[in-house]
Amino acid sequence: MDPRKLRLGFLLATGAIALAFVLPIAPEALPLMARPYLKEIAGAAGLLFLLAAWFADNRATVVGLAGALLAATASLALLNDASVAGSAQAGFWMIVLASWLSVALSLVNLAALQKLRRRAQQAVNLAVPLLFGATAFYLWEVAVRGLGVPTVLLPPPSAAATRFFASLPTLAGDFTQTFIRGVLIGYAIGCGAGLLVAILAHRYQFLARGLLPLGNFFSALPLVGVAPIMVMWFGFDWPSKAAVVVLVTFFPMLVNAIAGLSASGHIERDLMRSYAASPGQSLTKLYLPAALPFIFNALKINATLALIGAIVAEFFGTPTQGIGFRISTEAGRMAIDMVWAEIALAALAGMAFYGCVTLAERATTFWHPSYRT
Amino acid sequence: MTSSSLTLPARRATFFAARNAIVERYVPVATMVLALIAIWYVAAVAMNWALVRDAFEREETPYTVSDVLAGTMDAERPLLPAPHQVINAFVDGVFGYPPLAPRSLIYHSLVTLSATVLGFILGALFGIALALLIVHSRVLERSLLPWIICSQMVPVLALAPIFIVVLGAIGLQGLLPKSIISAYLCFFPIAIGMVKGFTSPDPLQIELMRTWSATSRQVLWKLRWPSAVPYLFASLKVAITISLVGAIVAELPTGGEAGIGARLLSGSYYGQTIQLWAALVAAAVLASALIGIVGLIERGVNSRMGAH
Amino acid sequence: MSTEPASKRLVVEANAISLRFETADGPVDALSNVSLQIAEGEFVSFIGPSGCGKTTMLRVIADLQQPTSGTLLVNGMTAENARLARSYGYVFQAPALFPWRTIEKNLKLPLEIMGFSESEQKIRAERYMAMVNLKGFERKFPWQLSGGMQQRVSIARALSFDPAMLLMDEPFGALDEIVRDHLNEQLLQLWKSTEKTVLFVTHSIPEAVFLSTKIVVMSPRPGRIIDVIDCDFPADRSLEIRETPEFLKIAQRVRNGLRAGHSYDE
Repeated sequence: MDPRKLRLGFLLATGAIALAFVLPIAPEALPLMARPYLKEIAGAAGLLFLLAAWFADNRATVVGLAGALLAATASLALLNDASVAGSAQAGFWMIVLASWLSVALSLVNLAALQKLRRRAQQAVNLAVPLLFGATAFYLWEVAVRGLGVPTVLLPPPSAAATRFFASLPTLAGDFTQTFIRGVLIGYAIGCGAGLLVAILAHRYQFLARGLLPLGNFFSALPLVGVAPIMVMWFGFDWPSKAAVVVLVTFFPMLVNAIAGLSASGHIERDLMRSYAASPGQSLTKLYLPAALPFIFNALKINATLALIGAIVAEFFGTPTQGIGFRISTEAGRMAIDMVWAEIALAALAGMAFYGCVTLAERATTFWHPSYRT
Repeated sequence: MTSSSLTLPARRATFFAARNAIVERYVPVATMVLALIAIWYVAAVAMNWALVRDAFEREETPYTVSDVLAGTMDAERPLLPAPHQVINAFVDGVFGYPPLAPRSLIYHSLVTLSATVLGFILGALFGIALALLIVHSRVLERSLLPWIICSQMVPVLALAPIFIVVLGAIGLQGLLPKSIISAYLCFFPIAIGMVKGFTSPDPLQIELMRTWSATSRQVLWKLRWPSAVPYLFASLKVAITISLVGAIVAELPTGGEAGIGARLLSGSYYGQTIQLWAALVAAAVLASALIGIVGLIERGVNSRMGAH
Repeated sequence: MSTEPASKRLVVEANAISLRFETADGPVDALSNVSLQIAEGEFVSFIGPSGCGKTTMLRVIADLQQPTSGTLLVNGMTAENARLARSYGYVFQAPALFPWRTIEKNLKLPLEIMGFSESEQKIRAERYMAMVNLKGFERKFPWQLSGGMQQRVSIARALSFDPAMLLMDEPFGALDEIVRDHLNEQLLQLWKSTEKTVLFVTHSIPEAVFLSTKIVVMSPRPGRIIDVIDCDFPADRSLEIRETPEFLKIAQRVRNGLRAGHSYDE
């Protein structure tokens, strides 16, 4: 980034901190000058911003981030004061502005770094989105608490986190019901069945030509709509949710596996023919390994679809626990922080599941050209 | 060999080749569909058997096997309705009521469809705009793109109930919250698809543009957009199906009264199995029609861009 | 056509092989009345332009394609039985190595399929890796090797189960000339030490003349044999013979055959 713009930005941040000392924090609250520790912290932040403005190069990144951290801490500490929360005014927002501005400048600097050594580059590549996300959460927190947004409308992340850690047993129960029973079992059956039918279709071309268009057709349908029918057939408990997951994961696996099994080149097929290999040998030694990238593509898509399927199926009716159940009932009771805690659980479960599948993919398809670019 | 003696056999060869291609393409699918329908009938008989027989027992009327058989094909609250029952209910729902009557499937489909299409358009516009921003700003690419990819792994559909409830609490009901959910759902796949599309041109082609001192804007319109068209339509097809699912799921939390999702819910509450299945068929028809329309537009655009 | 010494067994006896298939533009004669006899231990090159049927002929001998008429005996059996008896190793234009297997596992692929024991597989893999001078690359993956090295692995793989014949379809076509010369010499060494019958399809006249004991010149539309040329250069020849008058005379004869078959026409 242009050093002059960088300098200007950090100078603006310094100016914002200065203004925070002068402008009122909130109608009934003590000004910043009168608060014993906070004024030191805010002052230190301001000095760091000044230093960053003076550096105006890559060193400014670290200094700026440190200053932002201090300013953020000051603003969060201010929110703990009841007279500030809900009625924050210009002084408070100046601190938030300074923090956000310096993070943004540091992010632009970091994002421009490209020619570092591998480990350093990996660290930077990880740091940029994490920093972005942390800032988003911070802004969410101060905005909701500073403006006094009603918790039923949008709770601050801290409320959701508190509720999360306070309700771990309930969350664990919901997780077991939805994920361990509904998702995992349905995922295993659905993907397994899809793969088996694809192998049959590979052997008997007539099946493939008939099933592929049907598979594409069914993949596009809102299959979660069959949830009430599954409830009718399998009862309210987790088997009906697993059945929905089976249906939802079967078709993407079928379509991708059929594509993968026919992905082998004709030279490799002639090679197997020249060895007089049996169909079983050709399947295990050529067609299946070559199909692995496609199979994993389906496994990744299905990981998300399975979780969505299980949760949405629970919206249609479920006994006493489950992520979808908890979300719909707590939403009905306006306990929005619990709903967000459940959403956080679902998000974590989804990312962990997807991450595991990706790790397995990397271990078994390391040889694919897409890893070598 | 003179040309005349070759054309006749050649034309016949082409004719047979074309006819074989049609046969090859449609016969397997047709066979599968017929097989599925046959299996469906058998399953309907098997699953409804106990139900129907118990009904006869309760009424203490004498019955024969063929009575029970006929009963399974015609039960009022079957476990698995027979195909003709579903078709009848569907046709009845579409043609049997005036289009805007509360029991007409057309009415419910229109309600869901309006949310779907509005959400789809909003989501597509935002998704493309975001993709454009990401492609042209390194900061946004490094900081935002990982989050967009992460969001793919999160069951975003689970957010539907709170959206509806929260927006309902501040007075927004009906079409708008459902569209917002649909928009939110299809915004991410479109953004990712378009980022892939905008970055798909061969580096050699981009270098060529640089040798002509093309501005970013010119590169965008003359190179990136045309390269992104296949990705655009692929992600639009995915997005419109997601948008439909989102609209249906969004109708659930409020115990809504209109829309396909509401119809599914009421069918399951009141044990109206056939109504449920008819609503599912309506959803399937909607999904296929929407994808078909996108496909048609795609073919039109492709033929104008020189594909055959 | 030359006569073979009575003591040498015939590994390929083809009689009036024809292969015709239908296309949208009418029937095409990929092979038309091709007759050929190949004795054990010969190195036979098939040369001609695209569409002359040389690859098709190789594939027919390998039972990868079936002729529409004619008789064919490979190693005294029908082509299909010869394939089922694993009488030949096939080397394609591309190395066709499986990227998910290490080089060593790639070499063992035919041995696994044909049921060799684990210890036998290991012995053979080592022997043939050494024979193509690739010792030390066992644990590498195909993409870590150059094109020439991959093709050498492919040749070693084709030899690993000791087939009677080696069928090679333009194996060096995708490589640059320097690598190609090097591999030609290596192939010659291999042939001399293993004493197999080699059927070799190529586009390159110098390659065919350098490597072969017999050259079959083919031409297209319809695919047929124009000329069969015997060459008997000394067994320990090197690339230098390519400038000698005898070499050039045979090359000229090949070129004349190609011209007679309209190979240089549009």
